[in-house]
Amino acid sequence: MIKLTVNGRAREADVEPEMPLLWVLRDVLDVKGPKFGCGMALCGACTVHVNGEPVRSCSVPASSVAGRNITTIEGLAQGGRLHPVQQAWIQHQVPQCGYCQGGQMLVAAALLKRNPKPSDTDIDQAMNNICRCGSYARIRTAVHAAAKMMAAPKPAAKA
Amino acid sequence: MAKPLNTSRRTFLKGSAAVTGGLAIGYTAIDAAAQGAAPAVVPETNAWVIVRPDNTIVIRYARAEMGQGSMTSAPMLVAEELEADWSRVRVEYAMAADQVKRKRAWGDMAAVGSRTIRNSQEYLRKAGAGAREMLVQAAANRWNVPTSECVAASSTITHTPTKRRLTYGQVALDAAKLEAPKDPRIKDPKDFKLIGKPIQRVDIPDIVTGKIRYGVDAQVPGMLYAAVAQCPVFGGKVKSVDASRVTSRRGIVKVLPLGDFVAVVADNWWRAKEALKDLPIEWDLGEHTKVSSASIMAFLQEGLAQADVAVAKKGGDSDKAIADAAKTIEAEYFTPFLSHTTMEPQNCTALVKDGRVQVWTSSQNYEATLATAANTAGVPLENVDAYPMQLGGGLGRRGAQDYTRQGVMIAKEMAGTAVKMIWTREEDTQHDFYRPVSLVKMKAGIDAQGNVTGWNTRVSAPSIIATLLKLPLKGGIDPQAVASYADSPYAVPNVSVEYAQRNPHVPVGFWRTVGHSQNPFVRECFLDEVAAAAGKDPYEYRRSMLKDSPKDLAILETVAKKAGWGTPLPAGVFRGIAETEGYGSYTAAVAEVSVNQKNELRIHRMVIGIDCGYAVNPDNIIAQVQGSFVHGLSAIMWGEITIKDGRVEQSNFHDYRVMMLAEMPKLEVVIASTGGFWGGIGEPAQAAIAPALINAIAAATGKRIRSLPLKHAGLTLVKA
Repeated sequence: MIKLTVNGRAREADVEPEMPLLWVLRDVLDVKGPKFGCGMALCGACTVHVNGEPVRSCSVPASSVAGRNITTIEGLAQGGRLHPVQQAWIQHQVPQCGYCQGGQMLVAAALLKRNPKPSDTDIDQAMNNICRCGSYARIRTAVHAAAKMMAAPKPAAKA
Repeated sequence: MAKPLNTSRRTFLKGSAAVTGGLAIGYTAIDAAAQGAAPAVVPETNAWVIVRPDNTIVIRYARAEMGQGSMTSAPMLVAEELEADWSRVRVEYAMAADQVKRKRAWGDMAAVGSRTIRNSQEYLRKAGAGAREMLVQAAANRWNVPTSECVAASSTITHTPTKRRLTYGQVALDAAKLEAPKDPRIKDPKDFKLIGKPIQRVDIPDIVTGKIRYGVDAQVPGMLYAAVAQCPVFGGKVKSVDASRVTSRRGIVKVLPLGDFVAVVADNWWRAKEALKDLPIEWDLGEHTKVSSASIMAFLQEGLAQADVAVAKKGGDSDKAIADAAKTIEAEYFTPFLSHTTMEPQNCTALVKDGRVQVWTSSQNYEATLATAANTAGVPLENVDAYPMQLGGGLGRRGAQDYTRQGVMIAKEMAGTAVKMIWTREEDTQHDFYRPVSLVKMKAGIDAQGNVTGWNTRVSAPSIIATLLKLPLKGGIDPQAVASYADSPYAVPNVSVEYAQRNPHVPVGFWRTVGHSQNPFVRECFLDEVAAAAGKDPYEYRRSMLKDSPKDLAILETVAKKAGWGTPLPAGVFRGIAETEGYGSYTAAVAEVSVNQKNELRIHRMVIGIDCGYAVNPDNIIAQVQGSFVHGLSAIMWGEITIKDGRVEQSNFHDYRVMMLAEMPKLEVVIASTGGFWGGIGEPAQAAIAPALINAIAAATGKRIRSLPLKHAGLTLVKA
């Protein structure tokens, strides 16, 4: 039995130790945000956070992350509020089909956490997930916009 | 500023609502129940419009959403004429099963050919206008005044003389009882309020929260999962399978040899896929095991030489004009097979039970999905439900319903239990309907002044229409194979366009931009070769030949001006230009590139312009042009599917390379809408990219590249 915390909830899965985290999330725990794209950690559609770090879940055995905190796109919004990355993604109308975007936003959120003011080069290096629709220009714009949003003084919390 | 969740004013009803429980409940009823309202079904005003008493307006969308944005822009057309308050509009899918029951009340459901707006704009606008007239009539009846004294705006009817007002919601039930007007009046485009404004897409809020459901996300209680292996050589069959090697493994339910593929059914997909890897399958590979890219090239070469060809266009005597020319220019161009590589691999979830079939899949045409499911299961159309889901990319791949056939075949074997079949990326790459190869011979003659006197084009390529759609070709011509040659806007006195149909065993299909993804590269690059031979500037040369094609000329001039054609560039940077037309729109592009000693290609700037007539949702047009650029550049730089021993050599993103964010150059999009017509936006912009870029490379290097992808010319893409 593998124990994981998924989006803040304790979950268990009775699976083979080598079963990739992606399929445990999708098929066993019914968490569909992480997507299957390539199965070889090439495209990043399956990206999740493991203890806050982006990981390509198609190529990580679930047993290797037992006991860790897993955040999927469904868990990126906190306390009923969208993460600034999600807000920027809406503001700049980034997604087209959207299939890769959960992974893209999780990579962007992790980038901004360790580097609150990334340069274009930082974004080029960090944002290495594939988007076949071609949203790259907007991803870059939205990452900068989210960085600005996170740097701005926090508005009074709404009820 | 943080926004609270779930308050998007344009949330829409999700496919997932119908998926859970596998129930085919009308979306409207579900949604009303979810809101705590009476679950009674609110009557339609017409097939496209439902006005709820609370003033919410449901607008139906009949095609698929794959990122092209039509799920927003098509309802905008209805809302425009309806005079609806867009902030209270919700979009829901029209269901394919209802389309059958209601004798195709929603017209064409296929999201293909960049045609959602251009082919349905009139009936969508009339649907909105008709509903508006019924709502106004209902209000006028209540006030006992003539409709001519009433004005509708923002979901409200005002009786102008008395300033009395009624909301659409207040008269909705009365309006729904009225007879639909036969010929409702639609607006003069100068009065558009919503069309032409950048409107946020209705599906994006659910994308960013991860709530949106794609075909691959279908969840049906008690369902099983299937992984499949198809015969690696197209046309082959399963000979035998040693199921005993895997059936005792954990979670494995069944091994199914099904003709041209084998399915392993298990309690999760990973177990099915792992078992399939270890399953000994013996294939009867069929008759095509000796086919290679080289043999296909030889087969195409025969097409260039064969005596018997179809004539797509003939004007004057081009052979004589070329023979008499002061100078002749001749060249052969090649474009390869390409895979679609949608981010979401093909998949299909199906349940066959008690003579009924339910299908959850990502499809560009749910009517075709329905028909395929019915045929495969051997049940009438009326016994099938196909649920619309978001598509993880379409790119032309999801019109063909091969995966639906497989999904239903598996579900039929497992009758009573739903099965979700997912292809691996490898299956997806190796069992596509590929963008056709095309080998083209161009020959032109110019007079002493450099004017083109004759132009011959001979295309040797497979036919999508004949092989995928299995339709007869009119006069032996596949219009896609000769697109942009036979309908070239350039004034040339003597022309000939010929087509040699050459169908290898590799399946071909509609790949985003189809014939315009390759033919404009050939036409526009060859035209640059002719311009060079004539000693003319490629921009001015095109202008001189476009005098009778004002739309083409206008977009060319607009883009050239925006790009500063003819103005000085930094040392080592060169420009290339191209003009193209397709899908009812006109596009042009200017590329600025440099190529250094190490063959590193830098794209310093790309300007792409589009004239699609009326620009319905401008921000979405920009997004589609940006996307077309990335899609196009991936193919131009690296895209090729090659064949060895009858099978595809590529398998995944490591050997079918696509563009990454770090490689995204500076791109400027110009929407140069001239109005007066409705053109497509999903595909046309890709056409101009390859020729503009490769003409710029020729200017920079002095070398003319006539074969794609560019990696074979030794070029690597480096960020400028």
